Amino acid sequence: MKKNIALIGNPNSGKTTLFNALTGGSQRVGNWPGVTVEKKEGKLRQARDVTVTDLPGVYSLSPYSPEEEVSRRFLAEGSADAVINVVDATNLERNLILTIQLLEMGIPVTVALNMSDVVERRGDTVDEKKLSERLGCPVIRVSALKREGLENLAATVLEQASYGMRIPKKFFKGELSKAISEISGMLEGHIGDDLLYWYSIKVMEHDPHVQGAFPSPVLERALETVRRTEDSLGDDGEAIVASARYEVVDSLVRGIYQKSEKGGKSLTDRIDEVVTNRWLAIPVFAAVMFLVYYLSITSVGGYMTDWVNETVFEENVLPRTADWLAGMGVEDWLVSLIVNGIITGVGAVLGFLPQLLVLFLLLALLEDSGYMARIAFVMDRILRRFGLSGKSFIPIIVGTGCAVPGIMASRTIEDERDRKITAMTTSFMPCSAKLPVIALISGALFGGSAWIAVSVYFIGVFSILVSGVILKKIRGAFGKASPFVMELPDYHVPSARNVVLSMGDRSWHFVKKAGTIIVLASGLIWLLTSYDWGLNPVGAESSMLASIGNALSPAFSPLGWGDWRAVVGTLSGLVAKENILSTFGILFGMEAVAEDGAEIWTYMATIMTPLAGFSFLLFNMLCAPCFAAIGAMRRELGSWKETALAVGYQCAFAYVVALAVYQFGLAIQGTPSFWLIPAALLVIGTGYLFFRNPGEPEDEVPAEAA
Amino acid sequence: MRTLKDVEEGERVKVISVSGDRILKRRLMDMGILKGCEIEVLKAAPLGDPVEFLVRGYRLTLRKKDAESVGVEPL
Repeated sequence: MKKNIALIGNPNSGKTTLFNALTGGSQRVGNWPGVTVEKKEGKLRQARDVTVTDLPGVYSLSPYSPEEEVSRRFLAEGSADAVINVVDATNLERNLILTIQLLEMGIPVTVALNMSDVVERRGDTVDEKKLSERLGCPVIRVSALKREGLENLAATVLEQASYGMRIPKKFFKGELSKAISEISGMLEGHIGDDLLYWYSIKVMEHDPHVQGAFPSPVLERALETVRRTEDSLGDDGEAIVASARYEVVDSLVRGIYQKSEKGGKSLTDRIDEVVTNRWLAIPVFAAVMFLVYYLSITSVGGYMTDWVNETVFEENVLPRTADWLAGMGVEDWLVSLIVNGIITGVGAVLGFLPQLLVLFLLLALLEDSGYMARIAFVMDRILRRFGLSGKSFIPIIVGTGCAVPGIMASRTIEDERDRKITAMTTSFMPCSAKLPVIALISGALFGGSAWIAVSVYFIGVFSILVSGVILKKIRGAFGKASPFVMELPDYHVPSARNVVLSMGDRSWHFVKKAGTIIVLASGLIWLLTSYDWGLNPVGAESSMLASIGNALSPAFSPLGWGDWRAVVGTLSGLVAKENILSTFGILFGMEAVAEDGAEIWTYMATIMTPLAGFSFLLFNMLCAPCFAAIGAMRRELGSWKETALAVGYQCAFAYVVALAVYQFGLAIQGTPSFWLIPAALLVIGTGYLFFRNPGEPEDEVPAEAA
Repeated sequence: MRTLKDVEEGERVKVISVSGDRILKRRLMDMGILKGCEIEVLKAAPLGDPVEFLVRGYRLTLRKKDAESVGVEPL
């Protein structure tokens, strides 16, 4: 019979390592429906018809975060026949809080007492037999890293899974225990017996999700008992239960963990003396960031990406396929669609892969070793004012090379809101594809001044920070903000297996999700630039895209560049920002265009003044990124709707900036135009969004018992 | 009343109250910060915030603003 085992435990408890050890390489990664929380499933190596579901790392089962909600629901609705609760033996008290809550639900629990190797190394001992007696469930000593105890664990949990019954363990004593029994008596019959105890506790905790499960009069009577208990014990129901759990845990662990005589600073403390040192922390961080960027974007990743793009695709796959198809007598237009549309699109996706692989490898190393938490700790203060997390630094820095891996690097940020805001603003940084555009404008209109590039980087950073503040203040968006209460785990050597699997998972996901949109979008652009509305093959200047550009150009004349060629250039930037140059080349009748577009400089000057050129540059730097980056955003934001809103925001922001720059520039030059007024209004409006006080956070509930 | 925010590096204190909005309070309690538990202040981040604490044998970081929710007294 198909069984399902759930794996649950604290973050940093070695759960991932255990999951990988139990399932080998058979895991599949997805998302839990409705939330951007990763869901992993795999087949148990010891019994191939048994599925292991890896629940997110949680400290508790409160109703306040998506990770906990997803775990609670999974367990409450009976999707798991048994649970493996990974407990970090070096952190018993905090880990057992979750264990108690699992036992309250009545599901068969097997505790995997992990990190046993660390305990041994320290010379400490743990009495798992006594713990097992007191908990009333099996406790198996394991070391996921050393792969010890796994067979025993698997056998035990499978036995547990065959029981098919839920028996909640009741640990509470005294007045709380009596109150819960009373509540159970009132709720009986309205809910299945197996979850009656658990629901009674939830009512005591004022759990919002559980309120709707009972008819009002029944609930009201139960709440009277709750209020009476709160008055008697002098605290809120939720706090009473939380305290009681810790009392239970304290009595459970007494005498279980014996520390050895060895004292002295642990390795983790010694490393932290340097890494979170007041003076050294930031230089160390800068060095690590540089290394990450260098390895993924410049050296290894960069070389391989160039190799894929140039050698593999441009020099081989594309021309050979084209020749082969033509030789088979395939129609020209179909050859063009396949080669220039589809294969080019696929090539674009695969081109990113080497950089992504290297980046994900490095990120997995940082996470698994425990250093990632230190990054968040050190950088939090600067970035949190701007709606970002300390870990947002990584996407931003990587994004100066390429926004695609940059956006994907935001995956490491736990807080949903920070993660989404980071994903949305990363592309404001100029990436390497935008450099040719900078060179073009600078060369054609500003005599090659280096200030143009410098200002673009500053405006990029400025845009990220300002947008972070604005977006953070939009209440109800981007999921709930969670308090920054973070554990700094012990350092340990990253597990090669974990790192490689993580790298593979995330890269594969990029290919699947982002890949689809890139291929489709490339095909679409190919269609729009190769044909006119009658579907006759034409040159770019008469194509559908050109007529779209023409139609949109009035919208851009207040920005100073209402020429249809500039608009078409911008649109072509959606495929890849460097395409802007080749598009201008085509539209000005050039065959080929150099890296800085030198051939078309004089032409550029005829359609834009320097001020207009700067406005054009800013718009293209800040507006929607290339399709690949949009695909990456879709992956992080989780829905098309949110992605569309994000892109909409970016374009609106870009428009306001470009408009303001051009109009204020005109005014300063002494030739103000009518559009100065709307420009000023928009700037004031943006300032309002930035400076306003959003009032009470919507998830604040008065501290007294509700 | 002194809160966790005012405690110096190296000091050890005992928690006497946990307040604040429901979500923060629950999170603090789930992580082991409850009436009667001992906390030691380890160090502040290079920029002054957040702060690292030793709680029930593990390292926890909290922002000063959130640390204000924890009322403490000397050990």
